[in-house]
Amino acid sequence: MSAVAFTGTSVMDIDAAKVRGAGSNVHFDKVSVAYGAHVVLHPLTLDIAPGEILAMIGPSGSGKTTALRAVAGFVRPASGRIRIGATDVTDLPPYERGLGMVVQNYALFPHMRVEDNVAFGLRAQGADKALIAERVKDALGTVGMSAFARRYPRELSGGQQQRVAIARALAVRPRVLLLDEPLSALDAQIRRNMVEEIARLHRSLPGLTILYVTHDQTEALTLADKIAIMRDGRVCSHGPTTELYRRPPNRFTAEFLGRANLLPVTVEEPVGSKGFATARHGDAVLTGAGRDEKAGDKSLLCIRPQHLSLTADSEHTNRIVGTLREVHWQGELTHLVLDVDGTPVRVSATKLPTALPEPGARVPLFFAPADTSLLPEDAGV
Amino acid sequence: MSEAVAIRAPAIRREPGKFWIVPPAALLALLFFYPLALIVRQAFLDDSGVANVAEIIRVLHSRFFLNALINTVTISVAATAGCLIVGLVLALILAFVPFPGSGFIARLIDTFIALPTFLVTLAFTFLYGSAGMLNTGLMEAFSLPLPPVDFLYSTWGVVLAEVTVYTPFILRPLLAAFSLVDRGQIEAASVLGARPFRIVRQVILPAAVPALIAGGSLCLLLTVNEFGIVLFIGAKGVITLPLLIYGKAIQESAYQVACIIAVVNIALSLGLFGLYRFAAGRLGV
Ligand SMILES: Nc1ncnc2c1ncn2[C@@H]1O[C@H](COP(=O)(O)OP(=O)(O)OP(=O)(O)O)[C@@H](O)[C@H]1O
Ligand SMILES: [Mg+2]
Repeated sequence: MSAVAFTGTSVMDIDAAKVRGAGSNVHFDKVSVAYGAHVVLHPLTLDIAPGEILAMIGPSGSGKTTALRAVAGFVRPASGRIRIGATDVTDLPPYERGLGMVVQNYALFPHMRVEDNVAFGLRAQGADKALIAERVKDALGTVGMSAFARRYPRELSGGQQQRVAIARALAVRPRVLLLDEPLSALDAQIRRNMVEEIARLHRSLPGLTILYVTHDQTEALTLADKIAIMRDGRVCSHGPTTELYRRPPNRFTAEFLGRANLLPVTVEEPVGSKGFATARHGDAVLTGAGRDEKAGDKSLLCIRPQHLSLTADSEHTNRIVGTLREVHWQGELTHLVLDVDGTPVRVSATKLPTALPEPGARVPLFFAPADTSLLPEDAGV
Repeated sequence: MSEAVAIRAPAIRREPGKFWIVPPAALLALLFFYPLALIVRQAFLDDSGVANVAEIIRVLHSRFFLNALINTVTISVAATAGCLIVGLVLALILAFVPFPGSGFIARLIDTFIALPTFLVTLAFTFLYGSAGMLNTGLMEAFSLPLPPVDFLYSTWGVVLAEVTVYTPFILRPLLAAFSLVDRGQIEAASVLGARPFRIVRQVILPAAVPALIAGGSLCLLLTVNEFGIVLFIGAKGVITLPLLIYGKAIQESAYQVACIIAVVNIALSLGLFGLYRFAAGRLGV
């Protein structure tokens, strides 16, 4: 039915329709961007698979927006090519790229009603009336904004405006959806709901490829199939979300994604058949998931704050001792900061011993080998 | 006692609000309404001070008045339309097509506002006048006996000069409005598949409507009342209301006639202003 309606629309729309089920990949092929002499993106090679959500995270100024705008066509690469599906879009203007984009401040057209905002892209592409009406209804339904079609943007809350912005981007059935910090203007509660909604949205549009730029690691961890961590205009790590979280390849990744504790250790026994190596930190001999470390290597043992326990049990076979410095109670979680031979170690505990130790006390910490990973001392530092 | 104070206190607080209206109102009356009233009064009295209403009807039906009225309206509407078109195109280029020096040019055009209006006309005479550069050049190049270009001494010469002088009055509010247009909206439109022309029409112009109305009505007002440009060009037969008033009052000492025309001119200005307020109100500006 809608395939018939498509025949009257632009080439780009037909393309978008064709790939709707399958999705398009986005490929950065050695893309670099410079403003004058200032290189803000060093040759970047990265692939986003069809239907994948790639979260690009990193500190402010690391080049995330720049990379996204290069895909959109607002930033011209100094070198390299960008492909979307089979098309090399490097030299195409933004309006011929067939994308959807949502930015932090929504950028809705203030003088148009919600329905006209959503219809804008379809009208620009010359779609016929019936198709526009159907798609607008669809898109507004998808984001739960059908009841607001006749309102003006100024009559909506921030969260509602952002839903409309997403509907507007989806109505054109883009090959790729670009999201640049779409939720950072919203408050924490609404942001959590919106993250869940975007996840639901993607489940209902599994073919949609999404590049999601954020500096919020929770959003990235919740939504992304893969994460790319940017630092100073370079991708410092890239991989499946759980993989990157569980086995961070370098210090920056470990600290940026989930604020891991990194304990300096010396490898004693390289990785064995079960994937564990032993390493020494001071007097403590610890077991951790290893890679290809050799005996005597300086290494870092990565332990997440929530994996450290104040009480021993059969699985938490590793033991270190630190001096308690700070205790922050936050309701469901209690955050402790300890000093383990000069290394600050953070603990997030849900259950605490009945007698909470005082700051200054020596406190043993227990953790399971399976919750750790060894990473090289010098990688990406 | 204390009750009396409590009751009087609000009255005392309201008093200054009323009182402070008096000086500006008096000033306004002295500088604006009194002269205006004098003109209106003079329009009903002949030059010996006797009431003469028949003269009003005679003037309003006279050929010279109707000609001047038509000239004034034609020139003003044409010049305003020209200003709107030229101003819009210039503003779009200056605001959205980045090129080195665009900021400088915008400021340069801005300074036009500071110049006296007849200066541009003078420059026009040097350029396009019968002894101007264009004509002497053409006469030499093609050995013509007479200056070939004489558009300057027509209604269109006046319109062109007014467009040149008053375009900055459109440009300024437009540039201000354009600088407030969220670049994110333009980019969003672009990503959605809109080409530049559609973006101008559907995203940029709607944001500039208040500026266009404000600038356009200002232009209309200024061109209706323009005196210097019309006088300086001195085109034969191009007499506008202000020029007619000047002629009747200063050259012919026909004060009643001058005042009758002046009242019409004032009514026209106020009518335009009212129209502008109405349009602005309807648009919620
Ligand atoms: N138009 C520009 N001209 C010059 N430098 C720019 C321009 N836009 C961005 N930059 C620089 O490029 C670098 C990367 O900027 P970018 O906006 O990509 O960072 P980001 O990772 O998105 O940061 P944030 O999290 O703060 O949004 C920054 O150092 C920034 O100063
Ligand atoms: Mg950014």
